[in-house]
Amino acid sequence: MDFDDTPEEAEFRLEVKNWLAEQAPVYNLKNVDDLSFEQRLSLGREFQAGKAERGYAKVTWPQELGGMGGTPMQAVIYDQEEEKYNFPTLFFGISLGMPIPILRRFASEEQKKRHLIPALRGEEIWCQLFSEPSAGSDLGGISLRAVREADEWVLNGQKIWTSYAHISDFGVIVTRTDPSLPKHQGMTYFFVDMKSPGIEVRPIKQAAGSGEFCEVFFNDVRIPDTARLGEINGGWPVAIATLMEERFGVSEAAGGGASLENTVRFLHREFSDSQSGLNDACVREKIADWHVAESGINNFYARLLTGLSQGQLPGPEAALSKLVIARKLQTQSSDIMDICGPAGAIYPDSQVSRANDFRVAWLEAAGYRIAGGTDEILKNTIAERVLGLPGDIRVDKDIPFEKLK
Amino acid sequence: MNFDFSDDQKSLQDETHRFLRDRCDLSVARLVLDDQQQAYSESVWREMVELGWTGITIPEQYGGIGLGYLELCVMAEEMGRFLVPVPFSSTLYQFCEALLNGASKTLKQEILPQVAAGKLIGTMAFAEGIGFPDPDRIGVRFKAGKLYGDKWPVADAMIAGAAVVLAVNEDNDPCLCFLDLDQEAVHRRQLESVDPSRSQGGLEFFGAEAENLTAFEGGSGKSGWQLFQRVLNAAAVLFAFEQIGGADACLAAATEFSRERHAFGRPIGSFQAIKHKLVDVYVANQLARSNAYYGAWALATGAEELPLAASVARVSATQAYEYAASENIQVHGGMGFTWEADCHLYLRRSRTLALLIGSSGLWKKQVTSELQRKFV
Repeated sequence: MDFDDTPEEAEFRLEVKNWLAEQAPVYNLKNVDDLSFEQRLSLGREFQAGKAERGYAKVTWPQELGGMGGTPMQAVIYDQEEEKYNFPTLFFGISLGMPIPILRRFASEEQKKRHLIPALRGEEIWCQLFSEPSAGSDLGGISLRAVREADEWVLNGQKIWTSYAHISDFGVIVTRTDPSLPKHQGMTYFFVDMKSPGIEVRPIKQAAGSGEFCEVFFNDVRIPDTARLGEINGGWPVAIATLMEERFGVSEAAGGGASLENTVRFLHREFSDSQSGLNDACVREKIADWHVAESGINNFYARLLTGLSQGQLPGPEAALSKLVIARKLQTQSSDIMDICGPAGAIYPDSQVSRANDFRVAWLEAAGYRIAGGTDEILKNTIAERVLGLPGDIRVDKDIPFEKLK
Repeated sequence: MNFDFSDDQKSLQDETHRFLRDRCDLSVARLVLDDQQQAYSESVWREMVELGWTGITIPEQYGGIGLGYLELCVMAEEMGRFLVPVPFSSTLYQFCEALLNGASKTLKQEILPQVAAGKLIGTMAFAEGIGFPDPDRIGVRFKAGKLYGDKWPVADAMIAGAAVVLAVNEDNDPCLCFLDLDQEAVHRRQLESVDPSRSQGGLEFFGAEAENLTAFEGGSGKSGWQLFQRVLNAAAVLFAFEQIGGADACLAAATEFSRERHAFGRPIGSFQAIKHKLVDVYVANQLARSNAYYGAWALATGAEELPLAASVARVSATQAYEYAASENIQVHGGMGFTWEADCHLYLRRSRTLALLIGSSGLWKKQVTSELQRKFV
């Protein structure tokens, strides 16, 4: 039992480390606030192009598709090393995480030739147009209509919670094509040029203030039938495949917020010579609770990586990481605020970076528990797919979509 | 990254599992529970001795098999799963640990072969009634080679032939003493506990002949208190594996029951109230298992993180087992609270394991002290 790389893994890690170190002087952001969004995006595109040239943009893909023909473990090693820096790569996460792998699986050769490489290089960004105001956890309930007219489809309706739609060039979209069929049977999956006439993107200001989320309106948007991925009325399996791509992303423990190390040092500094802070038994118990949870997730992650290193892909049990991390982020941040008393509600001096601040994390955690699958949906997934419990009885399964309330 | 047990260790676990499934299912724990006169299952213990299990971590030079901690961990998980009513933990995780880490070569040569051969059951006596010992609050005294005072509760006090006892010497320093329990100056008394499938008792010493474990020529370099802490840390990791074995068994039982039991025209496992509860148990179990592996790694490699890793493993496993055991009853409903159903056996065991080497509160203190030492 050990935490060491195999010799091959160590060699790859060194190669990655060296390359990243060469990039750092130009692309590593010391203080994010110094640059505008546009500046960060343009710097990010430059970095991404260099990354793609090395095959690091999709480590596991074959070289002819722009990857490096590596193993899933090598992909993790790359991510681990890149995460040690603050490169502006956030914009490409969703694009390369879900839509692009789906394009690789379902698009024509010609389409792949046109789209994959520009996305890998960060020249084009893709978004995922799934959720709607009345269909979130219940994705099968989407109602954005696509009506066939000769060789085209006409789209009308609204999507929401679409990350980075405002900077996206293309998007994958799931639509309702036959409302007379039961909900899961009347859906069709397409990709769409986000510059098409009739598309309007409006960023949504979130509760925590930030706004990479958008709502996207479709008014008589015309797309060719060649942009269809999968069969007509066969969009559901493609949508599920998209969500499964998300699952193979093994997330690490940290997940934002103040690190335990910084928190302990902060409490030591702020409460020296007193009966509170680190000298308070209640606080000490909380610190232990945070650490036990954090250590559990880190060690769970180490077990997943061990499987990956031995060639097994993570199963649905990997969903538990996000479940635990989001809740932990919320309670731990709120606990630290409690310990600070009334000042716990006051943001630090504006000169200090607010990245990883516990007050910021506390508010964002409320959204983190919903994004990418709510706590409750993740629990259903684990219950049914890991524990093998029977599915919920679906009262709407066999009823035509148009008859549903 | 190789954060898992080896294939050999996994097949040892399978072997242990098969033996316990065939020879020591829950009916054995139940027999001991039902019969106040039985302190353990002597027949199962004897079979374990024949398989060499009592010498699993004892080096070959002392008559054992000389396997490592990782092997003991996978076996402990199965011991926990089947609620084995034998003095495995007292003898191996505590008594042997103290001797292996602190005793002189002479004492090891004398005692360990007897343990390996199954001729001697051992235990460690440290508690003195309500509370948990700290260096300033130890009542049992070691004076001129003799022990005076009262220790309770002590696991397997009624059946152990020898013990390691936490006492204070004439300078008021904590020390660990070794003694033969079969002498007139030792009085034993049986205590009634919430988990009669693992017997506990009291040991009173009226000038019992004993030997200070760590005071020998050359010495082990550890003080009595340090040695005691070292034994507790090892025991915390090993008990954590018993606890995750038990927690796993509870989750399996509750999951199976919720698939079969129907109410309101459907299996109760299809209700989110049950699903979400069982996922909470599953998540706690997975975190506890992951932390227990970390403890195993630290114990097996002699890492300096052991005090932190052991305390984290202990807290995590205690939380998981107690939660799994109580929710297992809840999922089973009224039937789960009958004597006939097995649920209460796990509930009882989860509680006694949570207390035996100190409660979660105590171990959380160790987590934070270690973090503070590391970060500040």
